[in-house]
Amino acid sequence: MNTHAKPSKLIKGATGDWEIVVGMEIHAQVTSHSKLFSGASTAFGAEPNSHVSLVDAAMPGMLPVINEECVRQAIRTGLGLKAQINHRSVFDRKNYFYPDLPQGYQISQFKSPIVGEGEVIVDVSATEQIRVGVERLHLEQDAGKSMHDQSPTESFVDLNRSGVALMEIVSKPDIRSAEEARAYVTKLRTILRYLGTCDGNMEEGSLRADVNVSVRRPGAPLGTRCEIKNVNSIRFIGQAVDVEARRQIAILEDGGKIDQETRLFDPGRGETRSMRSKEEAHDYRYFPDPDLLPLEFDQAYVDALAEGLPELPDEKRARFIAEYGLPSYDAGVLVMERESADYFEDVARGRDAKMAANWVINELFGRLNKEGETIATSPVSAQQLGAIVDLISSATISGKIAKDLFEIVWTEGGDPKELVESRGMKQVTDTGAIEKAVDEIIAANPDKVAQAQAKPTMLGWFVGQVMKQTGGKANPQAVNDMLKQKLGI
Amino acid sequence: MTDLTKFTLAEARDAVAGKKVSALELTSAHLAEIEKARGLNAFVAETPERALDMAKAADARIASGSAGPLEGLPLGVKDLYATEGVHMQACSHILDGFKPAYESTVTSQLWRDGAVMLGKLNMDEFAMGSSNETSFYGPVASPWLPAGWDESKGREALKGDKKGLLVPGGSSGGSAAAVAAHLCLGATATDTGGSIRQPAAFTGTVGIKPTYGRCSRWGVAAFASSLDQAGPIARTVRDCAIMLRSMAGYDAKDSTSVNTPVPDYEASVGRSIKGKRIGIPKEYRIEGMPAEIEKLWMQGVEWLRAAGAEIVDISLPHTRTALPAYYIVAPAEASSNLARYDGVRYGLRVPGKDINGMYENTRAEGFGREVRRRIMIGTYVLSAGYYDAYYVRAQKIRTLIKRDFELAYADGIDAILTPATPSAAFGIGEKGSADPVEMYLNDVFTVTVNMAGLPGLAVPGGLSSQGLPLGLQLIGRPFDEETLFSVAEVIEQAAGRTTLPKAWW
Repeated sequence: MNTHAKPSKLIKGATGDWEIVVGMEIHAQVTSHSKLFSGASTAFGAEPNSHVSLVDAAMPGMLPVINEECVRQAIRTGLGLKAQINHRSVFDRKNYFYPDLPQGYQISQFKSPIVGEGEVIVDVSATEQIRVGVERLHLEQDAGKSMHDQSPTESFVDLNRSGVALMEIVSKPDIRSAEEARAYVTKLRTILRYLGTCDGNMEEGSLRADVNVSVRRPGAPLGTRCEIKNVNSIRFIGQAVDVEARRQIAILEDGGKIDQETRLFDPGRGETRSMRSKEEAHDYRYFPDPDLLPLEFDQAYVDALAEGLPELPDEKRARFIAEYGLPSYDAGVLVMERESADYFEDVARGRDAKMAANWVINELFGRLNKEGETIATSPVSAQQLGAIVDLISSATISGKIAKDLFEIVWTEGGDPKELVESRGMKQVTDTGAIEKAVDEIIAANPDKVAQAQAKPTMLGWFVGQVMKQTGGKANPQAVNDMLKQKLGI
Repeated sequence: MTDLTKFTLAEARDAVAGKKVSALELTSAHLAEIEKARGLNAFVAETPERALDMAKAADARIASGSAGPLEGLPLGVKDLYATEGVHMQACSHILDGFKPAYESTVTSQLWRDGAVMLGKLNMDEFAMGSSNETSFYGPVASPWLPAGWDESKGREALKGDKKGLLVPGGSSGGSAAAVAAHLCLGATATDTGGSIRQPAAFTGTVGIKPTYGRCSRWGVAAFASSLDQAGPIARTVRDCAIMLRSMAGYDAKDSTSVNTPVPDYEASVGRSIKGKRIGIPKEYRIEGMPAEIEKLWMQGVEWLRAAGAEIVDISLPHTRTALPAYYIVAPAEASSNLARYDGVRYGLRVPGKDINGMYENTRAEGFGREVRRRIMIGTYVLSAGYYDAYYVRAQKIRTLIKRDFELAYADGIDAILTPATPSAAFGIGEKGSADPVEMYLNDVFTVTVNMAGLPGLAVPGGLSSQGLPLGLQLIGRPFDEETLFSVAEVIEQAAGRTTLPKAWW
């Protein structure tokens, strides 16, 4: 995949072109009521240490018991990534000491993950699509949170997050730019949200990325990589890739070499900093957790979960193109969020789908973005927008009036049909009224009539005058037809 | 020893149920014995108030006709078990002051069935040891006096460092000593490599390590999770059978516990063993084994033959590799299981200049020498570059050991008879101080059973030339503890119940 360097992605260095190679480990918090191996709640934002079971606090003699819902979520996610589901996987212990790791080890899956290879189709731009391979997905426990800023002499530990289930989704090194990196995470997040297996909320830490960056000359073997830990927004992921790639290029062009190490991205300074070198890397002493049996299920179990999967963004997009005749880009925009796609379909059902898509994408999304609202908080419901589209289709209002109507519905609410009646926004299709206006304009402008008869494009001027006289409510088609007839053009 | 502490557990049960003795009288009598026996150092925490309260509640249930199968029977609990609101330190300094807010599944089942808790029993620190000498609370003295010692010499030694007195074995040394000294009717114990069977053999008591998964490990501090199993030590085979029925059972909180019904083990005590095929594995005839152990073993063979069993010579070819493999697997798991004792959340904390300093100081001071050694061994064998050479190979050996037994059982063997230990009890301070392997060799006959996850039972077979107890071990098919009880009772009857020492302490 992506073995040939794409010229458009290359970075110009002082000594020639460089290619960026990125692979990512995404830690996605599993949507579940309780933790991976204990019954404690996973709710965010509670008082410190209020969601901690005896298991989470690693009391003597406590034992982990797998939460089956987390297993189901991991399988669902694997299916959503078109990945191989492993019917037998093993939990291992990753041993290291840290105060927010009560057991002294993290239960993870090292040699035998629950999900194997898959892929994500990523839209980088309106015209470019790439495939990013998924190496594996495994289940593991999150650690607690250390707080070093609460006291001058002590650190505090909050174990609410300790033991919460994470899916670590490891990509292949198939990403070639900051833009692709952002697009990959965006798409992955979309898939997870469709599946309902992770809320993708990066501010709350539900989705975090470790970004592996290396650079090489086009066509050369992979360079030495650095891992940038715990980047917590899509924007920062892009920045971190760029900043780190430039750092590495500068070193290499200076004749230096890259040390494999773990680094931190500092968005304030726009730089990455060394955290620990390869030599300082932990020896995690992985071994199978003897408190847990291997995780085993059969194909019927997987099939049942597959049956319950929702339509995923790629399929939905293909359907929107086929069923509604939408351009690929529009379909792509609509399926970015499941709620938006559902909203669109509510508007489009039984109506002119292209018109519905235009209204959702241009008017609604534009306005939502401007006001910082989301589809869920939209003041205009799908029903209301559908009614507006209906009024246009039935030629009750013009497109221009429809925009005014949208504004009223956005700010004041109400039934669009009733608003059109009560505010006299209805388009005039009464030929008598239109004829009267046309006759008056023709009578008042004999010179223009002569010009128009010589040069039919002058018709536009007459249309404008009639519309002005009718307060914009005249049906433009009817005005056109009438004028052509009267002017004999 | 009073009449009330002479009872076996079964006799006491019948006496209490028949209202000949109240639970309160029985409990008070045992509490009095415990107080008199403090010199043995079997108990590390006594819980007399709780015991009396539990006894009164038991009497009330007996009066109301709602008595459980262990109603009013006073027991001791190994310090490895969590007991709610009561001392639980695995006899380690690192758990200083720890009183759990929870009760282990096994003990909660004992209390559910009416048993009374007398207190917590001494043990090797985190169950690592074969003599109870690694306990932070000091060694336990066996109630058996060394050959040639009179009672006053014994009492003198108890006042000092106990040197020369006998070890009760380990790691469940407190459990075995307390049962042998009639301080309790029975005791909970645990067995990772022989920690129930070896002390039972050393003290003339009966102990069974059930099949892995038979008893829940929830609430029992972990040593080596894939090997640890709870089980009872008591004075008779029947008593063990009675206790195990209450201790065993599936527990959803332990993913390795097995959901299979718990039989009425007591019903198998006294059942004929006619036609049972008993395997005698030639590999257990090890180099340097004392002649009296060999003699005991052959005596056991004769008893079983006389009872109608068929004796079959068998081979368990990988036996020799079990001990070294065990001393890789068990420390590997222990090094990880004991990582939680870090001074952060509970127990001992020794300050340091930073977090790593605190970890180092706490763990250096909190763990004893043997525990530190095993953490070091375990950390080493799991390290990058050594994992395949040690841990992975040891696991392969484990599979082979398990297969040895499977093949024997597939050939129709019902149970296997071996010696329980390669010698009788030795003196406190006598072994292992220069070479820890000398101590590890105590487990040579017992670790195979843990490695294979099978049930194993130790029953007294007679006395050594020094007059000390020697035990025989029976190894069974998975979840066939019943056959072990039937066969063990035959040995018990033939050997005659060991006359336990009268109180000299």
